[in-house]
Amino acid sequence: MGIRFVLMVNKQGQTRLAQYYEYLTLEERRALEGEIVRKCLARNEQQCSFVEHRNYKVVYRRYASLFFLVGVDNEENELAILEFIHLLVETMDRHFGNVCELDIMFHLEKAHFMLEEMVMNGCIVETSKSNILSPIQLMDKAS
Amino acid sequence: MALSGMRGLSVFISDIRNCQNKEQERLRVDKELGKIRTRFKNEKGLTPYEKKKYVWKMLYIYMLGYDVDFGHMEAVSLISAPKYPEKQVGYIVTSSLLNENHDFLRLAINTVRNDIIGRNETFQCLALTLVGNIGGREFAESLAPDVQKLLISSSCRPLVRKKAALCLLRLYRKNPDVVNVDGWSDRMAQLLDERDLGVLTSSMSLLVALVSNNHEAYWSCLPKCVKILERLARNQDVPQEYTYYGIPSPWLQVKTMRALQYFPTIEDPNTRRSLFEVLQRILMGTDVVKNVNKNNASHAVLFEALALVMHLDAEKEMMSQCVALLGKFIAVREPNIRYLGLENMTRMLMVTDVQDIIKRHQAQIITSLKDPDISIRRRALDLLYGMCDVSNAKDIVEELLQYLSSADFAMREELSLKAAILAEKFAPDLSWYVDVILQLIDKAGDFVSDDIWFRVVQFVTNNEDLQPYAALKAREYLDKPAIHETMVKVSAYILGEYSHLLARRPGCSPKEIFNVIHEKLPTVSTSTIPILLSTYAKILMHTQPPDQELQKQIWAIFSKYESCIDAEIQQRAVEYQALSMKGAALMDVLAEMPKFPERQSSLLRKAEDAEADTAEQSAIKLRAQQQTSSALVLTDQRPANGSPSVSQLGPVKVPNMSNVNQSPAEQELTHANGALTVVDPQPPSTSSPDLLGDLLGPLAIEGPAGTAPQSDPRVASGLEGGANGEALAIAPIEEQNNTVQPIGDIAERFHALCLKDSGVLYEDPYIQIGIKADWRAHHGRVVLFLGNKNTAPLISVQALILPPAHLKMELSLVPETIPPRAQVQCPLEVINLQPSRDLAVLDFSYKFGTHVVNVKLRLPAVLNKFLQPISVSAEEFFPQWRSLSGPPLKLQEVVRGVRPMPLAEMANLFNSLQLMVCPGLDPNTNNLVASTTFYSERTRAMLCLIRIETDPADRTQLRMTIASGDPTLTFELKEFIKEHLISIPIPSRAPAPMPAPMPPQARPTSPPTASLDPGALLAGLL
Repeated sequence: MGIRFVLMVNKQGQTRLAQYYEYLTLEERRALEGEIVRKCLARNEQQCSFVEHRNYKVVYRRYASLFFLVGVDNEENELAILEFIHLLVETMDRHFGNVCELDIMFHLEKAHFMLEEMVMNGCIVETSKSNILSPIQLMDKAS
Repeated sequence: MALSGMRGLSVFISDIRNCQNKEQERLRVDKELGKIRTRFKNEKGLTPYEKKKYVWKMLYIYMLGYDVDFGHMEAVSLISAPKYPEKQVGYIVTSSLLNENHDFLRLAINTVRNDIIGRNETFQCLALTLVGNIGGREFAESLAPDVQKLLISSSCRPLVRKKAALCLLRLYRKNPDVVNVDGWSDRMAQLLDERDLGVLTSSMSLLVALVSNNHEAYWSCLPKCVKILERLARNQDVPQEYTYYGIPSPWLQVKTMRALQYFPTIEDPNTRRSLFEVLQRILMGTDVVKNVNKNNASHAVLFEALALVMHLDAEKEMMSQCVALLGKFIAVREPNIRYLGLENMTRMLMVTDVQDIIKRHQAQIITSLKDPDISIRRRALDLLYGMCDVSNAKDIVEELLQYLSSADFAMREELSLKAAILAEKFAPDLSWYVDVILQLIDKAGDFVSDDIWFRVVQFVTNNEDLQPYAALKAREYLDKPAIHETMVKVSAYILGEYSHLLARRPGCSPKEIFNVIHEKLPTVSTSTIPILLSTYAKILMHTQPPDQELQKQIWAIFSKYESCIDAEIQQRAVEYQALSMKGAALMDVLAEMPKFPERQSSLLRKAEDAEADTAEQSAIKLRAQQQTSSALVLTDQRPANGSPSVSQLGPVKVPNMSNVNQSPAEQELTHANGALTVVDPQPPSTSSPDLLGDLLGPLAIEGPAGTAPQSDPRVASGLEGGANGEALAIAPIEEQNNTVQPIGDIAERFHALCLKDSGVLYEDPYIQIGIKADWRAHHGRVVLFLGNKNTAPLISVQALILPPAHLKMELSLVPETIPPRAQVQCPLEVINLQPSRDLAVLDFSYKFGTHVVNVKLRLPAVLNKFLQPISVSAEEFFPQWRSLSGPPLKLQEVVRGVRPMPLAEMANLFNSLQLMVCPGLDPNTNNLVASTTFYSERTRAMLCLIRIETDPADRTQLRMTIASGDPTLTFELKEFIKEHLISIPIPSRAPAPMPAPMPPQARPTSPPTASLDPGALLAGLL
């Protein structure tokens, strides 16, 4: 099934965006996020970007104060996911211009729209930045 | 319309951000939820803008981890808003907050469908995305044709079609029937001619799912995939937007190569050649570059290419090239590449002929075991475990032991288990094995499970040569200060049995041995004291001539513990005291423990359970499992009586059939074995000519282990003079066809397995099929153990699963040949789709000599395996019970012809069926209330409530009421319970007396069940 979840979490461990592609109860989510964030935040720059947790493999990347964590199963290529995270960040950059944690917090809906254009049902659906952003631009123009 | 446009929301987010602690945050959230709730109550006053704002707040709160149990209706209702901004919010928030089983989602089906078939592209996209993310079965059935139409429509723009592809993937997963293979395979191939890379990317994911289920139907897609790969690799016609750091869509390249790995081979030479050209170019042409992103992307493609090459079984030259590349990777500085190098090398172990090349990198892999990164250490451990064989076991295991003392706690248990398994499997000699295990206990006692020391005791008991050595080692460890309690246990046990073999050595007189062990007694827990008492009794017995002083000392200890509060300790103390007064008779009673029957290493089983492993690694695991233990357990004599299980390491050699304190289960076992001893007075005919062959073949899993090495008496007598399997080949075929009779009653075995999770499913003179199952929610993992009992191979082995419609079952590859005395394990994955009592059947056949045996066996994947007992309080029970009113959710039936049983027995029966009896809920003591949760993919977890009203005057009838949220479930559960009440299949008991024929009107809802029930039909068949 590929991508199971996408999380954005800051250095303090606060969730800034969470999108799941399989159903987990709220308790399961809380527990999972807690465990994974604890594991990933404790790691340093010299360690690899993959953390094995239960049945997931978490591919993560840090940008300033924000961690991007993607949970995948064994159907995914780890490095491809790692670069997919970067593609997501670059796309956000193109839209917000030097994206930061606050942009994502206060424009949660846009972050969701972008992610929704990129991932669907746990699969990558689009990787062209202009295609990803065109619905949002359309909406911005309309308002 | 941005959030910043919604001031209230921005303020709320700022507030949350400014909260100093979690408590403040909770207060702020509660306040906001209260406000939203009030506003939603007077919905009339809400503008779409406000609604939208509140719905976003709900999503935000939900994301923070707070339960939002209202307002779902409002979110769903936004979907039908006419304007885009509201509609969009409705769609996104709905798909984040609700799951596919949510009732409100049904309300939206029509709106969603209208959006999908409507003309507005943006609405189409929104609707397809929602269905793609959370659409359930109902969506699958009603929307699949529309979605397919969009996907292949030429008038549709790519932005809609790419979403349609993934939406269809979702619907297909919910209900595979929505994609008609015949019609769709051509369309799928056409779809791959698409130029737009977005549509191709999502179509490729769809293809992966379709091909993984049925590669034959999609054969025509294979050359298209190769074409796509060529197009990307040559960078032909790839728009700039799809080029990532100069690499044409690495994601599509990776996905395409993944799809190709689902086709077993590539037959067409031209296609194969083109593909290998591309792969060769990727393998050779990927250089390390400075830019991190470019480097990652190109290596993502490279690793996928490596995986594909391995899959395609390329020529040896290309394979060695791959191993060389991986060897380079595991030594680079970049940690990601190191990690992936190790991971892929582990996958590579599955390829034949490359193991030796991989072994050249052993030193580097061992270095990785000390990497600062735990992710990398884990991969290194896995790889070392997988690549270990007789030639390098000593080195690898010693490395693992060395690493153990510095390893992090998170890894120690896995590490010690793996070291123990490797030591057992590949021990060049047994004294080394004993050394390893004792070191393991010494270094990481806390992480050494009981299984590990039980196993070493088994080996020592069964190998006379080993006993003095093990005793000496144990004695040495006892001299160390502060040893682990497990070490006390194992040393005490071994010294109790074998210390007399050391008697002439200095420091090993009975008295000295006793003293050194007794020193530890104050430091150990109650679970160890019984073992020490047994050791004392044994020391006493071995001290000839008796040493009065020692005797007095030990008797004093026994009398001290005669009043111990722990029953086990007390009983042993009393019994040993009494026995040791008997003088010479003690020698007989406390004689050396008999040899253990051969059995599968419980460690291996544990390793399987412990590893929450992934699909790809499972193949490696399988390979590991198929190698049987090379550490030989010598059993040159049959176990003297009912197999003493390791967990009950009692010191008393129990005289046959005369023990009184065995548990009923054990007695049953002894009984069974005793009975067999009567009909088979000779040692098994195969043991004498082929001693070695006898040592292998851990046949039995649990329970009747003692019966495993024995042949069926009829066959044994037929073999007289012939003594081994080859003799069979000479005998005329006609005669033999009738000789293969199952051992034991198949139906009884099946019924027993319905209530427990491991045991023997089938046995005949040649093979034993055991089962071990692990059920979690609607998933089941069943392992079939196929054990060849002979010294000749079983060939043409075939196992076919005939699953009923409600179970999805996948059996891993069953080898065609089972080597002599070997046991293979075949995992079987089960997914329960919906409630049903239908049964799955294993169609199993094999050939032995000229015998062709074919049996159809019912598999115990029955309804109660998907139940999980749950206790329900009165406050939870009654509202549920009331809310489920009347048929079809609540069904009632008067059942006659029930096997009469006291209420307590019925309660036990219910509990054994995973229906938890909740005492006290029903004030009438003649009644019984039970609850359970049923799991299936369709129903998810669903609570079921059961009430039985019995009539104390007539125990053969009762009234049964079953309620659950699903009509089929209610019905199936009712019938299921009824089957068990009317005739309870308990093994080893005479069949229940058939109740008097019941009047037809007594079972109005299900008159023909008995004859329609496939289980019953099958039972007739068997």
